[in-house]
Amino acid sequence: MHELSVCRSLLEEVERVAAANDASAVEKIVVAVGSLSGVEASSLARTFAVARAGTIAEHAVIEVETVPALVWCEACAIATPAAANTLLCGRCGSWQVELRSGTELVLRRVELTTRASPAAASG
Amino acid sequence: MCEQCGCAAPSEILRVSGRGAAESAEPAALRSVETLTGILHANDHQAAHNREHFGDHAVLAVNLMSSPGSGKTSLLEATIDAIGDRFRIAVIEGDLETENDAKRIRAKGVPAIQITTGQTCHLDAHMVHDALHALDLDAVDILFIENVGNLVCPASFDLGQHANVTLLAVTEGDDKPAKYPIMFRTADVILLSKTDLLGVLDDFSTEQAERYIRALANPAPVLRVSARRPDTLAPWIAWLETQLAARRRSWPRQPYRAQTHVHRRAAE
Repeated sequence: MHELSVCRSLLEEVERVAAANDASAVEKIVVAVGSLSGVEASSLARTFAVARAGTIAEHAVIEVETVPALVWCEACAIATPAAANTLLCGRCGSWQVELRSGTELVLRRVELTTRASPAAASG
Repeated sequence: MCEQCGCAAPSEILRVSGRGAAESAEPAALRSVETLTGILHANDHQAAHNREHFGDHAVLAVNLMSSPGSGKTSLLEATIDAIGDRFRIAVIEGDLETENDAKRIRAKGVPAIQITTGQTCHLDAHMVHDALHALDLDAVDILFIENVGNLVCPASFDLGQHANVTLLAVTEGDDKPAKYPIMFRTADVILLSKTDLLGVLDDFSTEQAERYIRALANPAPVLRVSARRPDTLAPWIAWLETQLAARRRSWPRQPYRAQTHVHRRAAE
């Protein structure tokens, strides 16, 4: 997928959080990307390095948490991890399962420097 | 090293981890803000707005997706013929360039708005919103949104539709659902198109295609259709009628409201 378009949307959300917290700079963002989200984690990270230019997050590090697909099987009463194109119960092989995780495309955390205090040396 | 795409980005940027690290005590100047915001929030917000519009006007909105050339527009032409006067149809067409598809639909006497995306490989909720305002939704029962031909990107962008319809032509590989799991997993119905050609093809198994779809934990009906054989379309039309009836049961009866609210894009 076109990670640049996703990065632009991501930066819109980051800028919203930064504005709400009167930030002078964003130091780090943490996102969660599911295996069924349509976004590839390392590609997103590489594209972010380009897309962040000229924004309040221009020096920010991105940390991408990858979220595996988990399927819940009612018959076995268990959740098992599954590959994106083989969403079957890991125990009985049934396809009549419910997807419990894997579609996430979420901004989880923004670490920023606020204007209220002078910037400390970054760790 | 490529300077265009960022593949030479320094390694401290590329941190792909399985879990977030535990927080240590923050220096005074730093603040950590926990959020749970969808990255595509702006699009999702617009999509929800589109969905409200559809509800206000009792319109069933269907997002039609497939590879380029699988027969989406031909299927729409055949569907328009099959439905006749039973329901009022409108179409939003999405292509990178040309008005060709919208012209074909208009030739059937059905209103069609063409979105030309230029470079963008999928429709998004903002584009659809703009197109909606060129339509009289009071005169529409079913709105088909024919997405850009692409099995990858359209699957991730909510347009405000009520149902996803994905075409898989029998001239494509029957393993496409395994290759493009996100697109086929989220389909509410899958139409195996161009079935009139099955007699000259020896490498497409409809049963195998269906097995791959089930392996995506998708119980959606898999219907065999040919735009050239109107007699194959009955189950597809019946499915549309069922969707429309279900939607109408869920919408409260309300008179049409004048457009008193201001439309504002989330961000330009």
